Amino acid sequence: MKSRYSVWKLIKEGLGGHTGWGPAWRNAAPKASYDVLIIGGGGHGLATAYYLAKNHGIHNVAVLEKGWIGGGNTGRNTTVIRSNYYYPASARLYDFSVSLYERLHKELNYNVMFSQRGIITLAHSRHDVEAATRWVGAMNCNGVATKMMSVPDIARRVPFLDVSATARFPVLGGFIQEKAGTARHDAVAWGYARAADTLGIDIIQNCEVTGFKRAADGRVTGVETSRGVIGCKKVGMAVAGSSTVLADLAGFRLPVTSYALQAFVSEPVKPVIDTVVLSLATGSYISQSDKGGLVIGGALDHYPSYAQRGNMPVARNVLGAIAEQYPALARVRFLRQWAGIVDVVPDSSPIIGTTPVPGLFMNCGWGTGGFKAIPAGGTLLAHHIATGAPHALAEPFSLERFTTGALIDEAAASGIAH
Amino acid sequence: MLLIECPWCGPRDEHEFHCGGQSHIQRPGPAESVSDAQWAGYLFDRLNPRGAHAERWVHQYGCGRWFNMVRDTTTHQILAIYQMHEPCPVPSDKGAGL
Repeated sequence: MKSRYSVWKLIKEGLGGHTGWGPAWRNAAPKASYDVLIIGGGGHGLATAYYLAKNHGIHNVAVLEKGWIGGGNTGRNTTVIRSNYYYPASARLYDFSVSLYERLHKELNYNVMFSQRGIITLAHSRHDVEAATRWVGAMNCNGVATKMMSVPDIARRVPFLDVSATARFPVLGGFIQEKAGTARHDAVAWGYARAADTLGIDIIQNCEVTGFKRAADGRVTGVETSRGVIGCKKVGMAVAGSSTVLADLAGFRLPVTSYALQAFVSEPVKPVIDTVVLSLATGSYISQSDKGGLVIGGALDHYPSYAQRGNMPVARNVLGAIAEQYPALARVRFLRQWAGIVDVVPDSSPIIGTTPVPGLFMNCGWGTGGFKAIPAGGTLLAHHIATGAPHALAEPFSLERFTTGALIDEAAASGIAH
Repeated sequence: MLLIECPWCGPRDEHEFHCGGQSHIQRPGPAESVSDAQWAGYLFDRLNPRGAHAERWVHQYGCGRWFNMVRDTTTHQILAIYQMHEPCPVPSDKGAGL
């Protein structure tokens, strides 16, 4: 049993030269078989394993990660957590996730640095304002508290935003979700990994899945990996942009296209922005990390990609938009740029539940917004794997919706360009 | 940044083009004999390969004409450019559709 992290432990270790911390999780070698295998050691996969043990008492579980924990999209996003979605099914799902994030540090005994600093969405035209008013109405009906902001409200909250009449992207108003915020993305992966490990789950890194073992009736009985064959009763996959690659191995098709989504971090500067600001006109958004770096994101790259690096044309658009809207930042230098491979589906809503292969469950399709949904995605996939039936929140998000036509089209309605 | 050889205009900057997604998708038919699952596959399922991908592009800010491209999705290297009516010249691991 690992010791709890606390201020007393910190003081004790500080006095003792920090020699007694120990690793946060074991570097497990694969056993011959498990009850459940989770493919993908990102936030969603680790959370699924954790909730399998915590909520359903299934401890004989391994998480298989082809690289290292949190080295995929969990470590490649802009850390925004929000639930300002339009449709009731989405609002319930993402608001559930935000509520889990609010107590995640206690749940995991790990400081994920969730800071509910709010997200402001800027409207730049009369049509943007009308659309924003409609979204705010719908969100409040769905129980997600948001409110409209006037231009003076916005100027007070974001003083370095150009709201002048001559601005290239004039600001006519906007809306805010106060409960939204940012968290430390690595900490979410590490916190779930540590908590899952404490509950007896094996976290196996550098273990790429290369095939599925199937019984005569088609059921999954194990996976082939770069570290040998591992048997199992059930498999859950949470691999974001690589979902199609695994679906190909299992022999079914997905409505998923993989794209690179870029993000940028500047050199640390003094505090200039205490919220997240998203522009509807440009799709670019900005926040500031606790270290002082400006964290900037924008639209998807323009064509399908599995290369975890962004392309110049989109970088130029995103950063050009930020420089126009925040002229004081035009000469700030960048430290880092990266891209994650996101799994975009036609209605920009996730797919959670069964696959055409018996015993294989999946969690994918979060597209550009998977980080905010990690606790919910893990809870819902674990529920489905453990009980064999979808959680009430996950029911609308089955793969079957593409056949029945019951799409949940959040493409333009969540206040962000997907 | 890609340098794309438009079949009509020659090599041009990627800014001038727009990617229209997977190419060679055939509409199933006749309509009355197509199941819901087949329609779903036609409308939504995509090959999305890690590797060679046949896709449609349009020279949006140039001649405005469409053409096909095979591009590697891991390196972005352009493997072939050919006309809309031509079959895909590059074999793929994924077989169907390419």
